[in-house]
Amino acid sequence: MTGGLLVVGLGNAWRGDDGAGPAVALALGDDPRVLVHEGEPIGLLEAWAGAQEVILVDAVSSGAPAGTVHRLDPLGAPLPGGLASASTHAFGLADTIELARTLERLPPRLTIYGIEGERFSAGEELSPAVRAAVEAVHLELRERLGT
Amino acid sequence: MTRRTETRTIKTDLLARVEGEGAMYLRIRDGRVDDVRLRIYEPPRFFEAFLRGRGYREPPDITARICGICPVAYQMSACAAIEDACGVEVGEAIRALRRLIYCGEWIESLTLHVFMLHAPDLLGYDSAIAMARDHRGVVERGLEIKKAGNALVRVVGGREIHPVNVRLGGFYRAPRRRELQALVEPLERARELALDAVRWTGGLEVPDFEPEHELVALSDPRGYPLEGGRLVSTRGLDIGPGEYEQHFVEEQVPHSTALHSRLRERGTYLCGPLARYALNADKLSPLAREAAADAGLGPVCRNPFRSIVVRSVEILFALDEALRIIAAYEEPDRPAVDVAPRAGTGCGWTEAPRGMLWHRYRLAADGTIEEAKIVPPTSQNQGSIEADLRNFLAGHLELEDDRLRHLCEQAIRNHDPCISCATHFLDLDVDRA
Repeated sequence: MTGGLLVVGLGNAWRGDDGAGPAVALALGDDPRVLVHEGEPIGLLEAWAGAQEVILVDAVSSGAPAGTVHRLDPLGAPLPGGLASASTHAFGLADTIELARTLERLPPRLTIYGIEGERFSAGEELSPAVRAAVEAVHLELRERLGT
Repeated sequence: MTRRTETRTIKTDLLARVEGEGAMYLRIRDGRVDDVRLRIYEPPRFFEAFLRGRGYREPPDITARICGICPVAYQMSACAAIEDACGVEVGEAIRALRRLIYCGEWIESLTLHVFMLHAPDLLGYDSAIAMARDHRGVVERGLEIKKAGNALVRVVGGREIHPVNVRLGGFYRAPRRRELQALVEPLERARELALDAVRWTGGLEVPDFEPEHELVALSDPRGYPLEGGRLVSTRGLDIGPGEYEQHFVEEQVPHSTALHSRLRERGTYLCGPLARYALNADKLSPLAREAAADAGLGPVCRNPFRSIVVRSVEILFALDEALRIIAAYEEPDRPAVDVAPRAGTGCGWTEAPRGMLWHRYRLAADGTIEEAKIVPPTSQNQGSIEADLRNFLAGHLELEDDRLRHLCEQAIRNHDPCISCATHFLDLDVDRA
């Protein structure tokens, strides 16, 4: 990836509301500026190399009502712990961002759309509140992408 | 001298740097280890139930979703088991391609553990981020090696995570020779870095600890085990995949949602890198074998704190093996063999980065799945991990609680438990929130 804007939907589509990020990416359709990234997020360091601006869409679990969309700018300060905890992975998104900061591999601009989830069990579908948030975020990003 | 007569409780509610969510609980009473539990509270997995009634071509894609770290392992074990049920052998060309994509996953997964999860313990840091501030080169080296593994999985599998190109009988599309040729240079560079990693990890200070687990791994006369073979052990086990349930049993324990797997005759055992190495070191590539010897590994390594050296040797092997397969690669006439359904049961296993992964499927005549069973490495190792905790703790009771907690967490992380993979019983619905 080189050049402009990159949108990455993070999460596991087979795990309830953790699929919010991939659902947004899927709704944005076939666009080379849009990726789905499942599994451990450390691969983001490679995926966003060269991008000027990166928008990550991920499920979060902070105790806010399901479907709440948190807009975070991690360039200024580390992600708050509660918002970073929706990943079950050994090396989560907050870790990846902090590692990228240490290695000076953060993109020049980075925004996280954190969609608050309520259920994360294997085999579940998106909850109605999250589905509505996915639709809203998708429309907003469609505008950003100019599609 | 102080006599310790009080009860000490040491616990970690959320283990860091393991895949999934687990907790550790240790109780010491009157100076003796009283209770040790590795508690796994990740919500249970529904995949075995989910597979019932599905078509026989679906498990490679469905089971790949169990783990974001080792989807290829699930795909390969599912293919092996269903092809066994259908009486199909894929032949050498497809076997080589399967080994190739599996090498990519080993490189990705083992590198993540060595550089991001295990190295911080041995260098005395709380996290890879803290370690990166002082040892930037170590982390950069890990990322560079991992990138080569990602590229390999992407080219053969179609995507880096949850590859879409794998199917029953082989692949949807065989990679072109020139696509694989483009990987040679980054793989060679990664191989140099992996060689450095073996030397570097070989010099790291580790606690003295030599548990006597029965070590269990696949073994195949054709090479270091990846995509199949027989299951052997340091105590004489030697069986095929269809005999697994005669020798092993899975039991529920009250403190964990993961099943504990045991050898019927002898109890707990250990699979994974230490077992693979102990039972197959002679089948490593000459370069990996020599690097292991230079790092002082010896023919068997039982110290789980030194598993970082064994994993580094396996990364080196996987890079070497990938380069060997690419050099010999001829595009096959067809990327997959036909697999027609038939009624019956089939079993298959492969070596996931964390150890042996066994699948069994019972199919109806039209290929509908009637029953599925999956035994991942972490549920096999859970008993041995608890035994390690108990024994390590017993030898270090003089340490203060904080230090003890830290070392016991390491004793778990040594084994890279994949808790997401291990949890899978069906009668409980727990929500994470």
